[in-house]
Amino acid sequence: MEGFLFDAIIYIIAAIICVPIAKRLGMGSVLGYLIAGILIGPYAFGFIQDGQSGQDIMHTTEFGVVMMLFLIGLELEPKNLWKMRDLILNVGLTQVLVTTFLIVGVAILFGISWQMSLAMGMAMALSSTAIVLQSLKEKNQLESQSGKMSFGVLLMQDIAVIPILAILPLLATAQLVESGDSHGGILENQPGWVQTLMIFGAIGVVVLLGRFGFGPLLNWVSKTKLRELFTASALLIVVGIAFLMGLVGLSPALGTFLAGVILANSPYKHALESDLDPFKGLLLGLFFMAVGATINFNLIIENPFLIFAGTLGVMLLKVIVLFSIGKFKKLNLQENLSFSFGLAQVSEFSFVIYAFALQLGILTASSSDSLMAITALSMTFTPILMLVLDKAVLSRMDKKDSKTKREADSFEEKNNVILVGFSHFGSTLGRFLRANGIEATVLDYNPDQVDLLRKMGFKVFYGDATRVDMLHSAGAEEAKILISAINSEETNKKLIEVCKENYPHLELMIRAKNRFDAYEYLEMGEENIYREHLDTSIRMGEDALKKLGFRAYTTHRLAAQFRKYDEDALRILAQYKSNKEEYISKVKKQIEQQESFLSSELNKKFSLNDHAWDSEAMKEQK
Amino acid sequence: MRKILILFAHPKYEHSDVNQALLEKVRPLENVLIRDLYELYPDFNINVQEEQELLFEYEVVVWHHPIYWYSCPPILKQWIDLVLEFGWAYGPGGIYLKNKYVLNAVTSGGSQEVYAHEGRNRFTMEEFLRPFEQTAYLCNMRYLPHFQVGGTHRITKDQLSQKTEEYKNLILRLRDEETITIPYTQKQ
Repeated sequence: MEGFLFDAIIYIIAAIICVPIAKRLGMGSVLGYLIAGILIGPYAFGFIQDGQSGQDIMHTTEFGVVMMLFLIGLELEPKNLWKMRDLILNVGLTQVLVTTFLIVGVAILFGISWQMSLAMGMAMALSSTAIVLQSLKEKNQLESQSGKMSFGVLLMQDIAVIPILAILPLLATAQLVESGDSHGGILENQPGWVQTLMIFGAIGVVVLLGRFGFGPLLNWVSKTKLRELFTASALLIVVGIAFLMGLVGLSPALGTFLAGVILANSPYKHALESDLDPFKGLLLGLFFMAVGATINFNLIIENPFLIFAGTLGVMLLKVIVLFSIGKFKKLNLQENLSFSFGLAQVSEFSFVIYAFALQLGILTASSSDSLMAITALSMTFTPILMLVLDKAVLSRMDKKDSKTKREADSFEEKNNVILVGFSHFGSTLGRFLRANGIEATVLDYNPDQVDLLRKMGFKVFYGDATRVDMLHSAGAEEAKILISAINSEETNKKLIEVCKENYPHLELMIRAKNRFDAYEYLEMGEENIYREHLDTSIRMGEDALKKLGFRAYTTHRLAAQFRKYDEDALRILAQYKSNKEEYISKVKKQIEQQESFLSSELNKKFSLNDHAWDSEAMKEQK
Repeated sequence: MRKILILFAHPKYEHSDVNQALLEKVRPLENVLIRDLYELYPDFNINVQEEQELLFEYEVVVWHHPIYWYSCPPILKQWIDLVLEFGWAYGPGGIYLKNKYVLNAVTSGGSQEVYAHEGRNRFTMEEFLRPFEQTAYLCNMRYLPHFQVGGTHRITKDQLSQKTEEYKNLILRLRDEETITIPYTQKQ
């Protein structure tokens, strides 16, 4: 039984079985995927026979990490990234340097050559972006203090990959084995200054494209209203940048992260997010499974002491370094524990570094295998450790000092209002809200409109609001009110359905084109319905009466009364709408009522439902 | 237990610490209903029928408002104009408010002392509130002495909490006393 489809079935079934169980047991999806990978790997059920195919899948699915960093970049506007410079430089750099130094020291003590020690140290100082960010996201801790510090460290580590890959060839004890897939791309044989120039050039290209290239591309594509084309463009952006980065020997993850940050201000932010998210999830899931499948249990069984001692030793060392940094940064104990243990594993980038070092002859095949086993094991142990930590230690501490917990300041403020549709109607509404300090997250489905409004300084996002994932990225979970300022009945009905099903807490306010649309929305159980013509037409009528000599205040009160009456009548009529014949006679009746109501009141000179300022009644009495 | 209807009028309630403190003190009390007129009728279009039905149901009415230019904010006057209808509140057949209790609960920027014949405002608060007293009189209601929190711009925390306590006790007394022993004026 061979072939792509069969493999796909195996992987997917394993994931479908293991991940929900893991989640139910409170272990998080990462551990679930890892266990699924171990189960289908060569040492359990053996569906994936050789370690090599597991590794192949691992390398392919590393792309999930690239995508994840793009998505994280999207969430992080440049100004917020600038705010994090202290975290990235101080915390991140300290972690990388100190950890490398200590690992090298320990390794030399054990009599390993310094070149090999340095390669090991640099590789193992890195932590797994994939695992840590996935777990932080799942636990909703990305914006906590420890979450932000973790992110800073991971970002620095991603940057560190570049110099690490540059240093390794200098350590080479053997001549570089000529092979097709060396990392350095086309630049390998160029002199240093050309390499540097090309690297800056590539980054420049990414920045320029992000600023001026992707916007028009997405605008052009989105006009076709074909969703798959938009998704394809999103993929093109990520794959293209990754390719470009690979070409000049930079980390693709870093490149896409940069592109993400530049696009964070773009109107297509939420649409990109919702389109790429499933790809990222799938690829990462496969990646974790591949890690599980490549754990070489034979090696562990042959040499259990070395492998386990190595794994625990590295993790312990990393925890100590991280914990000290956390202490220095004045994290409280609870935050510090989750910060230091969360980052205790070795990174997926380390696999790349081992492979490269092996190629350069710095590592021997057996040592590279052992290191890989240690890395994979550390990836498996951390989620388990975190689980124990969460369940046993942190939850108990939580009860004790829940008050001391620090209020996290968020990467991006969440808006209470989502405004769908930014035409004349929506923009007037949006301006009014904004004039009173209420910023709404605005969604519009017309790319030209979005661009125009962006130029005018409105923060408008492109996207179809009737899609759940779109609403999700627009922050529907946290929002209180969703205002639909679109007049298409079809879209509004779909929107109401989607919101009711997925976000029942969200209060809906719906613009209705006319009375008949209003009936539809009323029938769907909506209360806040705004017929677009009602207020304007009454106001116009009011002014007409005034021009005919009616007193302004009296007219004003009549208009208010008429409006209330009309709204009440709408709700009564809505109940009869389904029965058409009855409906027509009812409409007639209501109109007659309205007329007689108003004219009879007018005959009494001035009076609505009261006799205020009216002396007629008193005169009659005398 | 009497039912108490507090008709509250303040055009900028969100900026009035004193009135917020007063209302929060009595809001949780049973059988006390606060009607925030500016919140209910931002367009001054008062629903007369609903207001009359409420009046019918409640035995004690409190006109709770700040003093602006020696009188109430306009919406309370609007309320009086519209709701206290001829033939319902007064005049022939206007018997629906008879024997109900009513008082003004007021806040003022000036201290209680400046509302005196010798003071800056030359008249007492009681005198400024005569139109309300006479309105109640015409409707055959029992007009009770007003409740006042003065000097609201400079009031200290302690003074305010003492005043809110007083207000609560007054409301409780009006609600629970077997027969109300506070002197009132009423048409004979």
